[in-house]
Amino acid sequence: MTDLTKSSGQPGNGDLPATGTAAVGEVAAAGSPAPTAFLEVRDLRVHFPTDDGLVKSVDGLSFRLEKGKTLGIVGESGSGKSVTSLGIMGLHTAGQYGRRKARISGEIWLNGQELLGADPDEVRKLRGREMSMIFQDPLSALHPYYTIGRQIIEAYRVHHEVTKEVARKRAIELLDRVGIPQPDKRVDSYPHEFSGGMRQRAMIAMALVNNPELLIADEPTTALDVTVQAQILDLIRDLQKEFGSAVIIITHDLGVVAELADDLLVMYGGRCVERGPAEKVFYEPQHPYTWGLLGSMPRIDRDQTERLIPVKGSPPSLINVPSGCAFHPRCPYADVPKDNITRTERPELRELRGKDAGGGHFSACHMTQEERTRIWTEEIAPKL
Amino acid sequence: MLAYLIRRLFAVVVMLLVVTLTTFAIFFVIPKWAGTDPALLFVGKQADPAAIEGIRQKLSLGDPVLVQFWHFVQGLFAGRDYANGSDVTHCPAPCFGYSFRTEQAVWPQLTDAMPVTLSLAAGACLLWLVGGITTGVVSALRRGTLWDRSAMTIALAGVSLPIYFTGLLSLAIFSYSLKWVNVDYKPFGDDPAMWFESLILPWITLAFLYAAMYARLTRATMLEIMGEDYIRTARAKGLRERVVIGRHAMRSTWTPVLTLLGLDLGALLGGAVLTESTYNLPGLGRLAVNAITDKDLPVILGVTLIAAIFIVVANLVVDLLYAVIDPRVRLG
Amino acid sequence: MTVPEKATTSPEPLLKVSGLVKHFPIKKGLLQRQSGAVQAVDGLDFDVRPGETLGVVGESGCGKSTMGRLVTRLLEPTSGTIEFEGKDITHLNTAQMRPMRRDVQMIFQDPYSSLNPRHTVGAIVSAPFRLQGVTPEGGIKAEVQRLLALVGLNPEHYNRYPHEFSGGQRQRIGIARALALKPKLVVADEPVSALDVSIQAQVVNLLDDLQDELGLTYVIIAHDLSVIRHVSDRIAVMYLGKIVELADRKDLYERPMHPYTKALLSAVPVPDPKRRAKRERILLKGDVPSPIAPPSGCRFHTRCWKATEVCERQEPPLVSLATGHQVACHHPESVSDVQLPPRGPDQAPEEKAGAEAAQKVTKKTES
Repeated sequence: MTDLTKSSGQPGNGDLPATGTAAVGEVAAAGSPAPTAFLEVRDLRVHFPTDDGLVKSVDGLSFRLEKGKTLGIVGESGSGKSVTSLGIMGLHTAGQYGRRKARISGEIWLNGQELLGADPDEVRKLRGREMSMIFQDPLSALHPYYTIGRQIIEAYRVHHEVTKEVARKRAIELLDRVGIPQPDKRVDSYPHEFSGGMRQRAMIAMALVNNPELLIADEPTTALDVTVQAQILDLIRDLQKEFGSAVIIITHDLGVVAELADDLLVMYGGRCVERGPAEKVFYEPQHPYTWGLLGSMPRIDRDQTERLIPVKGSPPSLINVPSGCAFHPRCPYADVPKDNITRTERPELRELRGKDAGGGHFSACHMTQEERTRIWTEEIAPKL
Repeated sequence: MLAYLIRRLFAVVVMLLVVTLTTFAIFFVIPKWAGTDPALLFVGKQADPAAIEGIRQKLSLGDPVLVQFWHFVQGLFAGRDYANGSDVTHCPAPCFGYSFRTEQAVWPQLTDAMPVTLSLAAGACLLWLVGGITTGVVSALRRGTLWDRSAMTIALAGVSLPIYFTGLLSLAIFSYSLKWVNVDYKPFGDDPAMWFESLILPWITLAFLYAAMYARLTRATMLEIMGEDYIRTARAKGLRERVVIGRHAMRSTWTPVLTLLGLDLGALLGGAVLTESTYNLPGLGRLAVNAITDKDLPVILGVTLIAAIFIVVANLVVDLLYAVIDPRVRLG
Repeated sequence: MTVPEKATTSPEPLLKVSGLVKHFPIKKGLLQRQSGAVQAVDGLDFDVRPGETLGVVGESGCGKSTMGRLVTRLLEPTSGTIEFEGKDITHLNTAQMRPMRRDVQMIFQDPYSSLNPRHTVGAIVSAPFRLQGVTPEGGIKAEVQRLLALVGLNPEHYNRYPHEFSGGQRQRIGIARALALKPKLVVADEPVSALDVSIQAQVVNLLDDLQDELGLTYVIIAHDLSVIRHVSDRIAVMYLGKIVELADRKDLYERPMHPYTKALLSAVPVPDPKRRAKRERILLKGDVPSPIAPPSGCRFHTRCWKATEVCERQEPPLVSLATGHQVACHHPESVSDVQLPPRGPDQAPEEKAGAEAAQKVTKKTES
């Protein structure tokens, strides 16, 4: 992610050698060379046809993630963050029935293999083995009628031809690793017999049973209590160190990403408005929406009695996305750039210049970097 | 679990007693409304007073109602003797009395008719479950397609068309015109092939009505389940879609299907009555219809009791099955 | 939300709760006898002063929502008393409560399910007038439109239905309804937890403004410690049906005394990536025990790193310190920072010993 090509949505630089396998070579040849990054998403678009019109849940998203790193995707409901994660997993196309299918375009490269153009059954074989996912609500994400053990065993045996006994041992081992007491007994429990935190641990055990290289955690702690959330975040951090996998953590909670993420991607209206190293985005944010998020958050670490600085208005419709910059109707600085450009032209994701050049900090805003830096340091930061 | 079973079985016994008492009351109330008395029904209109008095003695119709009820219940469990002086008739347990019309014991008539109804019900039930669920699942997976819409239209027809219409229609086409099947009932023990052949049309007729309902229910349930988080989890594990549907989604459709089944097993006898009349099957339904036309009270009483036992037991089984299907259901 | 001057001087609490208990019975067995009870709320004592905001915070199952429903008398307490403006309202029936409903209102968590989808916004917001048989000055419609404007909604949307509004706007409708009768006390149960961050801030600011404008008193129940810190004057921390600590906002966040409060505060992720390496986090073991069979003695002892034998045996009372800080712990934190209260002669010697032991323990950990 840190060395992402300058213009989003464009094919990568020519200096990246093609490392795609033969199977995907054709796809790569038709489009662009395979990237060197472990995960690279290029110009991802996920649109859903509905009675009211085309819902553009994700509309041109690009990012990169290396192994051993954690990317935090932040956004509010409807910003497209969960749709992105399901898109990477290929879960919009798997099990699509009926006439209305999601329309997906762009490229997703995982370990040199392009997924969107690949045979769906090949992608299925990667799911759960090379990339796996944990979800927000572990109670509804686990099948209520099967024991925890059976569900983990099933996840292991899809990708490994082993006996049930071997898989069961593996399940117990993983349950033990994620901190479930008496794993040899609890393996036969049903999800409803676990507490919320235990269920999420079991979910994590299931996601890690095949040693995946990419773990996507979609709001993994939102349904949990604070003290349990702390346990789970700790667990995810430890496991990442141990397994060396790449992690994408999707959340609306800036506190959670601050705990875990190396890089941050802020989404608004299906697009990325800002991304960069976590510290840069937190301490020198470059997009008015990021400012809004920071200003909206009450802080536990400060005794702040002044008013919060909310973002006015409501999130945008994904069917009639506002013209130009999707954020302009809610942006207090929409009139700073000249010629009404915020309403007519969609801002490109551009990397910061000057001392920050090459740091991988991008933002999509029509204001100049100088204007943004001035507003942040003089108007916003002092009030936070 | 044991406490639950005891409580449920206790409830079953109480329920059956109440049903028996109510039906037994009808035994006396109906003749009163009809301006006649049971003894008269038994002996027929041209009987002489002495014969009527004899019957009254023999059936102890002079005793208070509760005493008679007690005798009846006793007869069910221990058998009873009908005596008029030296004229003693022993009725072995379970004694449901004697038919007014044929003067035959009721119990053997019930045991003759029961296999027919059970064959009809079980076969139809199997057929509608398989047909209904399959149609529902396929429709859900092909939501909005031509298949889905045609299946649901046929299902709507199935729910709306009365049994005697579909029954007579299929009888006319497949039996009388095309002569594909013979509908004369043969017991399974006599000739399994004939038994099967004679029941094909009744099964289809009865199952069509119910299959339609189950198809619609399964489709709706399936659509809901396919949107559940755990289905997404199953796919995220890399399971084949076949396994996702077969192992994860189908398992959950059973709960609502079972609920409906519990209700339908009770109502099934009503459907069986019409089907049996249409196809002239010698089952409980036809027995009941004939008994009602003949005001043959002991037979009505017998059929009602059997039906009640059937419903109560079916419901108990369904409730127990809930616990088998869904580990979250704790009986107690 | 700043405390108006009068709050600190007013001697009379608006709401006074003592010994409040709510047990939900569980029935079991052959004869459906009561086999136990969910001890949702088990002995609460607190006051709410006029004009202040009392924040109530705790994890799921701590009884905070039940508490909210008890003080607004949507639930019947098992025992204890609730006094509103000096009047005992503990066991008033629905009819007797009706006049009280004008003064005590509630805002609910879920703006999607707490508004009847078949009623227009006008009907929803004017319902309190119709129920109370009150006609406000200028007529109901004008008043409802004034209320809509007050909470930042377009008064012309009077005839729209809830589904035409976003989550944040629906919560504003709920607030307008709660404010219709000019209540004195508003109990808000998780008023912002279903909303997005940017919308959450709008609603928090709105509640803040309304308090200043209308002189409202709030009891705000939430699980989010950041939100609670922002909105509250005083904060009660609940654990398994009990208040474990109650103090002024500054005191509680800067000098938490109960180990549970300390753990809770340290567990909240801070949106400050540089701090993650530095800060020490107290990770509690396991989950909150079941409120059906809460642990003996101090209910937190099963997860507490400071628990000793006395904690298992004896329940610590909620003790008031000289600073007004209340804490229920045998081994409170930060004791050396604040003065211990003078112990009356009626206090059991064991308790004294416990408090002294606590001091020692703290010192040990500090050195």
